[in-house]
Amino acid sequence: MHKKTAFSFPDEVLEHVFSFIQSDKDRNSVSMVCKSWYEIERWCRRKVFVGNCYAVSPRMVIKRFPEIRSIELKGKPHFADFNLVPDGWGGYVFPWIVEMAGAVPWLEEIKLKRMVVTDESLELIAKSFKNFKALVLSSCEGFSTDGLAAIAASCKNLKELDLRDCDVDDLSGHLLSHFPDTYTSLVSLNISCLGSDEVSFSTLERLVCRCTNLRTLRLNRAVPLDKIANILRRAPQLVDFGTGTYAADLRPDSYSDLAGAFSSCKELRSLSGFWDVVPDYLPAIYPVCSKLTSLNLSYATIQSPELIKLVSHCPNLQRLLVLDYIEDSGLEVLASSCKNLQELRVFPSDPFGVEPNVSLTEQGLVAVSSGCPKLQSVLYFCRRMSNEALVTVAKNCPNFTRFRLCIIEPRTADYQTLEPLDVGFGAIVQYCKDLQRLSLSGLLTDRVFEYIGTYAKKLEMLSVAFAGDSDLGLHHVLSGCESLRKLEIRDCPFGDKALLANAAKLETMRSLWMSSCAVSFRACKLLGQKMPRLNVEVIDERGPPDSRPESCPVDKLYIYRTVAGSRFDMPPFVWTMEDDPSLQLS
Amino acid sequence: MSPPPLLGVEEGQSNVSSPAVDCIPETGLGMKEWNYLGVSDFSSVDSSDVMSLSEDNKNNLNLKATELRLGLPGSQSPERVTELRLLSSGKVDEKALFPLLPSKDGICLSSQKSVVTGNKRGFSDTMDGFSEVKSTMYTEKKWMFHGAGSDSQSPQPPSHGKYSVAQASVKKDGPANAIQDRPCATNGTNLNRTGISNNSSNAPAAKAQVVGWPPVRSFRTKTLATSSKNNDEVDGKPGPAALFVKVCMAGAPYLRKVDLRVYSTYKELSSALEKMFSCFTLGQCGAHGTPGKEILSESKLNDLLHGSEYVLTYEDKDGDWMLVGDVPWEMFIETCKRLKIMKSTDAIGLAPRAMEKSKKDCCT
Repeated sequence: MHKKTAFSFPDEVLEHVFSFIQSDKDRNSVSMVCKSWYEIERWCRRKVFVGNCYAVSPRMVIKRFPEIRSIELKGKPHFADFNLVPDGWGGYVFPWIVEMAGAVPWLEEIKLKRMVVTDESLELIAKSFKNFKALVLSSCEGFSTDGLAAIAASCKNLKELDLRDCDVDDLSGHLLSHFPDTYTSLVSLNISCLGSDEVSFSTLERLVCRCTNLRTLRLNRAVPLDKIANILRRAPQLVDFGTGTYAADLRPDSYSDLAGAFSSCKELRSLSGFWDVVPDYLPAIYPVCSKLTSLNLSYATIQSPELIKLVSHCPNLQRLLVLDYIEDSGLEVLASSCKNLQELRVFPSDPFGVEPNVSLTEQGLVAVSSGCPKLQSVLYFCRRMSNEALVTVAKNCPNFTRFRLCIIEPRTADYQTLEPLDVGFGAIVQYCKDLQRLSLSGLLTDRVFEYIGTYAKKLEMLSVAFAGDSDLGLHHVLSGCESLRKLEIRDCPFGDKALLANAAKLETMRSLWMSSCAVSFRACKLLGQKMPRLNVEVIDERGPPDSRPESCPVDKLYIYRTVAGSRFDMPPFVWTMEDDPSLQLS
Repeated sequence: MSPPPLLGVEEGQSNVSSPAVDCIPETGLGMKEWNYLGVSDFSSVDSSDVMSLSEDNKNNLNLKATELRLGLPGSQSPERVTELRLLSSGKVDEKALFPLLPSKDGICLSSQKSVVTGNKRGFSDTMDGFSEVKSTMYTEKKWMFHGAGSDSQSPQPPSHGKYSVAQASVKKDGPANAIQDRPCATNGTNLNRTGISNNSSNAPAAKAQVVGWPPVRSFRTKTLATSSKNNDEVDGKPGPAALFVKVCMAGAPYLRKVDLRVYSTYKELSSALEKMFSCFTLGQCGAHGTPGKEILSESKLNDLLHGSEYVLTYEDKDGDWMLVGDVPWEMFIETCKRLKIMKSTDAIGLAPRAMEKSKKDCCT
């Protein structure tokens, strides 16, 4: 109960005002103005984002925000995507569901990334939240189609079921058949990761028919091409469509049927899927190409000429994901056709091959940077690079917010000068003042980190592999990058010195990952002792780190700030370094 | 300025003369690579290091001091010299010197693979002795020039590759940093030289994979693998993509994933799984970091897993559960969808594959 002065607004008015403030940062600021605002704000906060599920406990979150309707949680570190985090590390959502099931029965939306979700969790969600509307699972694992069936069967108001890149145990549960016949509220369905799961087409068609608000439908590979036309005709309002396998023995009439079905979808703006593409059938999508803003061809193993034809039909493309089959020639066409391009991702068709299998080099990237003035976000896999190209790209695209370059062979030098690529990446951080995310590759010395520390003031996430010479590199980054939140490092010669010298910095970041570096167990212990608000996790499958001399480097190290203390769900190969109150500073 | 004492000496370890013996935790796991740790002690002690992590100074550690001295070469010479002599006096253990180099060649398909440390292990075979060192020097000279040219005002990071360990003459910069340097130099060299490669003395076969590199999600590589099979594009190339399958064990709290392509025989797979699941066969591993905990020896595990208690089974593409080991390895990895370590008592119903299939044929 707080005092109302003559000068303050009634709570209801303030609440109403706050309801216009959506961003988390602004909400946090509002809550810090004074105690009464803190109180009002916390009762009317509806959405919470927890970037690291171990930074805070579920109980703390719910205690402070008892009326949330939406929660977003992230679990494992990003490098888990590349199998660097051993299974069983953690990231379990169940404790959160349990807590919320009791305290927040009106929860509507759960979004999870890189978490372990069990069928038990899904069943609890289905049972506990009567008004549940949206489940978005991104890169999650640990559940099967049984758990999903429970959601489908129980959540009458479900609008969104989005399984992005999840690892789902396929128990052939005919997921779609669990949606009751009375169920019509589906707006977004993404089952693309269900792989070869058999889908009952009649069930799918009936579902699509009765859910007239359906806007997003991403099918899995098991859905053959000849079934697509029927689905599209039943959902001409679709905005985002993901095909299944794009191959079949289409008779001429079914081909034209397909083309007709696509053209009936006047609202279609985004296409994906395209597994096993047979190029002859691609022109069926031409009718919608002129309005497409997003195209994901990253599973389409078609060659450059077909890709060029396709891309030339899409002048309004903003987002393109494609394999390196597009080659430099295709990217040049992209640069001249798609002036609105904002995001480009080029994936390797043969990531483990020693020799290049396609003619995709730095030239393609340069071409796109030169032709697409709105380009902001790049993920590019290639086999050679030069400082010159990087400098050109940097000057062409000062608006970059995300730049991730992966030169496939570690420590590849500038192919023209044989020098490290320090200068090239230096140009990127120097010219792209709004850069938020950067991934480095190629031959890099401490110099590049000096540039990054000096110029990359807005950088929030940095990924480093096989780079640097000494602790100085790490020191430059930790001491210079003011906005740094996430730092992930693998196979770099960074050790104790830089880490300990910048210990305080770690509390201003979400997390730091270091694997196959040179940080000793001793330093980890020290850090754990002195920094009580950090969890310093040593991950080492060789056995307890104290069975080796203290000076031995740990295999993997994950440090994150937390107000929840050490976690209790660690597997045997993870050790959290203990706090030692007697050694703490301040 | 008096140089700080060698870390090894301070701690009373006698590792100064034999840096190799410091940290060899377990045998038989290909852990020789850790030899470098004795050496890396030096790396964590920069001569001008205020952050010395010696036992004595621990409590005085001043975390706020950011005195990473970028000392010019020469400021560190005396103990560096000692270190260098130590290193070059004994056999130059290439394995010790390139701990961070990812393995690149087909050489490293050694039998001791464990899934987790793929990138650590392989390098032990990578270096080809002196020729590599020579080429390292070549590249480093380039760096020297590059570094020296633009660094006239700012202090030079000590590790700008200004030395070579194999040289008898003393160079000013710390070998420790240089050791960390090594992988950079050498790998760069490998790429620069089109003619010479590490492969020259070995089969130019599959590039051995570094775990998690290049950073491509496994669902992409899986898709590409199956697509390319369809397209007949990949021929003659060694099956490159990782083939992760889930492994579960009765009673274990979580699944593991193993990359079947890492192994070439059933025995290798079996050993790796034993190690991976050793925690579970022991029951709880106890409090984390319990000091001095005895790790179950491999032979005991072998008995446990091979003797009577557990059998290894797999689910094939048809959804049938089979005992592992009956079909040729190549065929096995093509058809295996997932693995399960079952108690022998539960696996009684499983027959070897051949019998099972023929039974089925008979019955239809």
